[in-house]
Amino acid sequence: MKTDALIEQLAERAEPVAPGAMLRTLAIGLGGGAIVSALLMQEWLGVRHHMLAVFATPIFWAKFFYTLLFALVALAALERLARPGAKATARLAAMTLPFVVMALLAAWSWRFTPASDQYIMLFGSSYDLCPYHVVVLALPIFIGVFWALRKLAPTRPVLAGATGGLVAGALGAFIYAFHCPEPGMPFLAIWYTLGIILVGAFGAVLGRFSLRW
Amino acid sequence: MSAAEARLKALMLSALAGDAAAYRALLTALSPHLRAYYARRMGQSADAEDLVQETLIAIHARRATYDTAQPFTAWLHAIARYKLIDHYRRSKLRRTLPLEEADSVFAEEEAESCDAARDVEKLLAALPESRRRLVRHVKIEGLSTAEAAERTGMSESAVKVGVHRALKTLSAMIGREP
Repeated sequence: MKTDALIEQLAERAEPVAPGAMLRTLAIGLGGGAIVSALLMQEWLGVRHHMLAVFATPIFWAKFFYTLLFALVALAALERLARPGAKATARLAAMTLPFVVMALLAAWSWRFTPASDQYIMLFGSSYDLCPYHVVVLALPIFIGVFWALRKLAPTRPVLAGATGGLVAGALGAFIYAFHCPEPGMPFLAIWYTLGIILVGAFGAVLGRFSLRW
Repeated sequence: MSAAEARLKALMLSALAGDAAAYRALLTALSPHLRAYYARRMGQSADAEDLVQETLIAIHARRATYDTAQPFTAWLHAIARYKLIDHYRRSKLRRTLPLEEADSVFAEEEAESCDAARDVEKLLAALPESRRRLVRHVKIEGLSTAEAAERTGMSESAVKVGVHRALKTLSAMIGREP
């Protein structure tokens, strides 16, 4: 086909694009995935009993804010990575912040942990299950993120896929926090983070193959 | 901000608001830019024209990813570059090189072809004006002998001889057989 004819065809389809169209696509993918994930969590693992008492514990809020901030910072980087020509360096670097703060908190709490409690603070009763639960709960969100990314235009597919995976992993961990009974900051810093990073690694692999446009 | 940036961005903003005439003007203005961009990197070929069309389609399909607070040409250039890398990956580098690495390979290649263009210009400057024009027509722009003859008002055989002698001079300069 002649290029001029192509231009004619495209110009006929000049429907207006709403200013927030791209953010809406991301929100639909993330929101849809998060709803499915929350329902899955309720059916499969169940929310903790006595939530009001749980709200009074600092560790719950540590889980809540660590995973939520991780997700938000990664999402900010993803928003740049999904646009051609946008600079993402600063936002990618900012992704280390929540983890650094969490690691400091964990180290600080470790100093006040008596030797008899150290095992439970580090491994709890579910260290082998936690990353697995995070990965499974992240799955619906992961699908939603990739659905959105495939409509957008990431020019660095591996990096965009990894970052999308981290967003999904962190949100999966956020939802898991409403089930997880573990009391230890070190547990949170290690096993939650491991689950999130696993999802990020899946994202990098899938991004390489599926984010071509 | 350059004049082209201001003009193209204004057209893009109108196009995003649904103005078909502005959109047509934008795409029409972009195609020679893109054609030159791809021709510089892969020569004038059917592949280059395919890439121009692919890029126009990508601009259309992905136009929601343009952040109106950012320069339009940065967005455009990133798409053109992505399509070029994707093309290389599909044809030559398939299964051997991830996209991120192809990117850096390409940056070097770009620098090299600039060097090559500079070297050619330096050599050509040593030829007499009429011969230089012949080499440019036949060897760089890719005209046929007949077209070059018409363009310069010389006979076809004179063109052939002129080009042959010019190339001989050039190869003597770089110490190689023609």
